[in-house]
Amino acid sequence: MSLLSVRDLTVKFAMRDQTVTALSQISFDLGKGERLGIVGESGAGKSITGFSLMNLLSRPGFIDSGKILFEGEDIVQMNEKQLRSIRGNRMAMIFQDPMVTLNPVLTIGQQMVETLMAHRSLSKSEAAHISVLKLREVYIPSPEERLNQYPHELSGGMRQRIIIAMALLLDPELIIADEPTTALDVTIQADIMELLLELCQSNKVGLILITHDLGVVSQMTERTLVMYAGRVIEAGRTREIINDPQHPYTQGLINALPQQTLPGHRLKQIPGNMPGLGALPPGCPFSPRCEYSVDRCRTTLPEIVQYAGIEVACHEVKRLHNADETQEQSA
Amino acid sequence: MSTLSTNPEPSRLSRVWNSNMAYSFRQNPVAVVSMAIFLIITLAAILAPVFAPFDPYDPAQIDIMNSEYPPIWVDGSDAQFIFGTDDQGRDLWSTILYGTRLSLLIGLCAVALQAFLGISIGLIAGYVGGRLDSLLMRMADIQLSFSTLMVAIIFLAVTQAMFGSAAFNKYAVYFLIAVIGIAEWPQYARTVRATVLAEKKKEYVDSARVLGFGPLRIMVRHILPNSLSPIFVISTVQVANAIISEASLSFLGLGMPPSQPSLGSLISSGFDYIFSGSWWITAIPGIVLVVLVLVINLLGDWMRDVLNPKLYKG
Repeated sequence: MSLLSVRDLTVKFAMRDQTVTALSQISFDLGKGERLGIVGESGAGKSITGFSLMNLLSRPGFIDSGKILFEGEDIVQMNEKQLRSIRGNRMAMIFQDPMVTLNPVLTIGQQMVETLMAHRSLSKSEAAHISVLKLREVYIPSPEERLNQYPHELSGGMRQRIIIAMALLLDPELIIADEPTTALDVTIQADIMELLLELCQSNKVGLILITHDLGVVSQMTERTLVMYAGRVIEAGRTREIINDPQHPYTQGLINALPQQTLPGHRLKQIPGNMPGLGALPPGCPFSPRCEYSVDRCRTTLPEIVQYAGIEVACHEVKRLHNADETQEQSA
Repeated sequence: MSTLSTNPEPSRLSRVWNSNMAYSFRQNPVAVVSMAIFLIITLAAILAPVFAPFDPYDPAQIDIMNSEYPPIWVDGSDAQFIFGTDDQGRDLWSTILYGTRLSLLIGLCAVALQAFLGISIGLIAGYVGGRLDSLLMRMADIQLSFSTLMVAIIFLAVTQAMFGSAAFNKYAVYFLIAVIGIAEWPQYARTVRATVLAEKKKEYVDSARVLGFGPLRIMVRHILPNSLSPIFVISTVQVANAIISEASLSFLGLGMPPSQPSLGSLISSGFDYIFSGSWWITAIPGIVLVVLVLVINLLGDWMRDVLNPKLYKG
């Protein structure tokens, strides 16, 4: 049985004059210790997916339908008490900006000890001992001293390490990392990602990595989910998606990477913007920006189909693929 | 590593002494002087039984023949009585000490009650939001549309009539604390709610929710400590206000009885004699009251400047 299995998750936002669908029919599975990347541009619904997995959407958002089975139990149906026993305990979350994620008026030790004591019946000194061990695991130098420090006394990279240590405090089975390195500078980004990967592998923790950085996804994850306007448009093994993307949007994303362009040339960007959730086109949400779109794309929503080992939501995937091959052959 | 660990951990006291707040306090002569005066008044009030030569509550020590002696720097005074005596022959200095004690006690307790009510209601309104928020804040608006004094006068007059003067005088302290406390809670509730609304959106609250903490713990342990600065500032203003309210009510005869005078009832009892020349019975407690309220307000001003993030630059 897989650790997490999401089925037809639909999330809506009740706005003043209308209800918009932020996520529609998201489905995916995650095995124990497996690492999944969720990619997409801003507003595609990546973070909302992360929050819904914890059933932590705040108003006006709500889960409209679908199931989130965490080890067979449906998180959508759980009451607040059951949810609290899962949050932080069996499922942890790491946020984007370490500068604001820690409570500024409590010491690191207070925050860690409190988290431990909220979920386990431990004495204060036992909890402090575990905290020190976890800080050591994330390579924090002299962890005993850190416990008495306040977040503002530490650097950004150090804080993100502490946040990772806090996520690992209760040995969760799943960590959801929502752009964990966006607020850090590049050298520290690499360190933090390496640390996260190492910890997930050695502790057999499942990881959902939400990011817009395809490079990070390719290094960190085994499987990838590409989202666009609240839908999954492509899903499969990371290596296959990176090497041979099927959906025109994913292809566009990969072509837009700076590495894909010669120095001095303009970057290949995808024209246009993602449509607002209130004004989605009737057909494929990507059709207005897609260079391959035909009439059918603008009128009917594509179903997810299996193609070359990848699940992809595109009408024209076969034609595109054949066209690629004929091009290659003629070249 | 050894060089780091040989560096002795600063003690709590030196941490406080070296903090930004303590530094700005030392740099601000107004704050230092205000604090000194406030501490002197408070100490004198707390230690009133030690400093006071007479016990103004003990009728055996009061002799009506001693009434209306002027302060010692005026002709016709008695060296026993530094600030003179009041109309009943009580030593004014002792009475002021005991009166200040009562005024401070009522002011602080009333503010504690206000703070308790206001902070709880403000936290709940701000954190829960929605209908409950609207309901609680409309209650606050209604409460604010009555003036504190009006509510207090009606409440105290009714209780005085209900319980009779003797019983009322016995419990006057508690009645005053309750009425001033209840009349002013919306000040706290509004301030706290506004801060909570701002704090609630910060990510550390999300991360506390993600860690599986319940709403009560998030409110009290995470949001409240981050909302303390406006609470401190408003508290100083409210203590001054509460002392003034108490004095006003006592002056109007609705507060402390003349047998157990606070500063306000002392001023009031002397007011009857001001035109017969005994100005000191009103003037001296009046000066004490004004100085007390002024230093508290000055301290509040200083605190507001220090804790205001817009004015605070490193």
